[in-house]
Amino acid sequence: MAAIDTTLSPPLPMSRIKPGRIVMWTVLFIGGLLMITPILFMFSTSLKTSSQIYDLRLIPQSPTLANYIEVLTEGQFPRWFLNSSFVAICVTASNIFFDSLVGYTLAKFRFRGRQFVFIAILSTLMIPTEMLVIPWYLMSANFGWLDSYWGIMFPGMMTAFGTFLMKQFFETVPDDFIEAARMDGLNEFTIWWKIAMPLVTPALSALAIFTFLGNWTAFFWPLISTTSKELYTLPVGLTSFAVEQAIQWEMIMTGAAIATIPTLVVFLVLQRYIVRGVMLAGLKG
Amino acid sequence: MAKFELRGLVKAYGKTKVIHGINLVIPDGEFVVFVGPSGCGKSTTLRMIAGLEEVSGGEIRIGDRVVNEVDPKERNLAMVFQNYAIYPHMTVRQNIAFGLYTSKLSKDEKAKKVEEAGALLGLTPLLDRRPSDLSGGQRQRVAIGRAMVRDPAGFLFDEPLSNLDAQLRAQMRIEIKDLHRRLGTTIAYVTHDQVEAMTMADRIVVMKDGHILQAAPPMEVYDNPVDVFTAQFIGTPSMNIVPATQTGGVVTLAEGAPTLLAGVRPHDLLVGSQIADPGLTLTGTVTAVEPLGPETLVHFTVAGRSIISTAPAHGTVAIGSTVTAKAPRGQVHLFDAATEKAMGRA
Repeated sequence: MAAIDTTLSPPLPMSRIKPGRIVMWTVLFIGGLLMITPILFMFSTSLKTSSQIYDLRLIPQSPTLANYIEVLTEGQFPRWFLNSSFVAICVTASNIFFDSLVGYTLAKFRFRGRQFVFIAILSTLMIPTEMLVIPWYLMSANFGWLDSYWGIMFPGMMTAFGTFLMKQFFETVPDDFIEAARMDGLNEFTIWWKIAMPLVTPALSALAIFTFLGNWTAFFWPLISTTSKELYTLPVGLTSFAVEQAIQWEMIMTGAAIATIPTLVVFLVLQRYIVRGVMLAGLKG
Repeated sequence: MAKFELRGLVKAYGKTKVIHGINLVIPDGEFVVFVGPSGCGKSTTLRMIAGLEEVSGGEIRIGDRVVNEVDPKERNLAMVFQNYAIYPHMTVRQNIAFGLYTSKLSKDEKAKKVEEAGALLGLTPLLDRRPSDLSGGQRQRVAIGRAMVRDPAGFLFDEPLSNLDAQLRAQMRIEIKDLHRRLGTTIAYVTHDQVEAMTMADRIVVMKDGHILQAAPPMEVYDNPVDVFTAQFIGTPSMNIVPATQTGGVVTLAEGAPTLLAGVRPHDLLVGSQIADPGLTLTGTVTAVEPLGPETLVHFTVAGRSIISTAPAHGTVAIGSTVTAKAPRGQVHLFDAATEKAMGRA
């Protein structure tokens, strides 16, 4: 039997590296640097004392975890963290359920007015959120939803973008699967849940992360719809570190650093699906 | 098991009729193959039997029950699709068991049925694999397993072999036929491949433009086609059709506007034949020669028409040469030139 060659192949000679690739890597490197620098400064500032924050060295002279201890033990930061988690998880779950249910219906059923409903849903994408805030506020006020979890969550429980995304993906699921399940005796809801949903996992993952991130970082609507500090979400709560007399940058950065952790976890867990989902969305869309 | 009955079955999409009131009875246990070109309505008919398409007119009966308004799941039929439709996120075992999803059997009984179906179809070693790990033929067997495990009143096959290569198709044809022999269940099978129809069917239903042209056993359709379309659709190579006249029982090639069409199968039109009193004689210039092993197909042109005939295996027919081919009496089919309906043989 021939011996297996375990030596590493030599690096590509410089003459074989195309100039286009060098340009591409340079652009990507600069882009990556631009994106990572603020995040590194956020972590760096969170490890500094208030007197060191204008010292722009990336590695703090005398790093301290005091800010983290203070943020996590004093004030209402843990409560805001839980509020954000609750809101983001509920809205994400709701979007996964309703967006995919409506998307599936629009993709796989033929009924009068189907196209009209789809266009009506799509057209809401063209209205900026800022314009919707006033009707949302009036609606919340009328129904008594202001300053409640439901008040924060209801505008995002189902989105036109999510419905559109899921419709596009469900259209790629062959009808034979659905008809085979019908022949096997499943009802329409079970077909959607047991057959169609597992076949669009990449799209569901992409939708989950977009929705989660969007709600985790949402600031404008939670700020308007809540007045009690107990109901603040993280982005709203973090602004309370900036008062008129002084802006506590080190505390804001510490809070922001902690707030980044769940999004990183969600991304790391789902990134395989997200990349596939985004690629497929690009191909099929 | 059950009898299927179609009475004046109509399917229309808006004002466009695609099935024009067809009538057919498929007795209990019969293997019927619907065959015809694309767009002839065979799959639509099958899907109406399955309950996947609404019926626009007429009646479908399964057993003694009219099922026009009955949901697919209530019809107790199992269907095998062209693209297998086995679920990629489930193992083979789960896929087969899915056929029993709504069954009231216990978990153990379901597991036993899955094992039995797996063994019958030679899938036992593959039960815990995913469909992506299987070949086309194995996937098709999983689809059949899922259909079989339910003990349905009838099986519906919608071009199940069209995605397989020729060798696998031949093997699966035998397997499905053997399965029918063992289970004895009524089967309605759709294909555009006339070889599948000939080799598998108890009865062939030839369809064209939403009409049934002929429903008869394979050899009956082959020997006595009702019209030119059926004659040319069934049998490989296709039947030769030439304009003809008949005088005193002798068929000759016609000039001008013919009243008759003469049809002769390539295997009945023999190059170099010594028949003294042939039913039809054609002479033309050879355009192609196809040695098939046991015989050779000789293509030649007569009055601008391409004709296929048969020559002995080791014949010496050359392209460009002139050949004469003869068909024995009794093997020349006659059709009315205007209606293209069969008029008997000469």
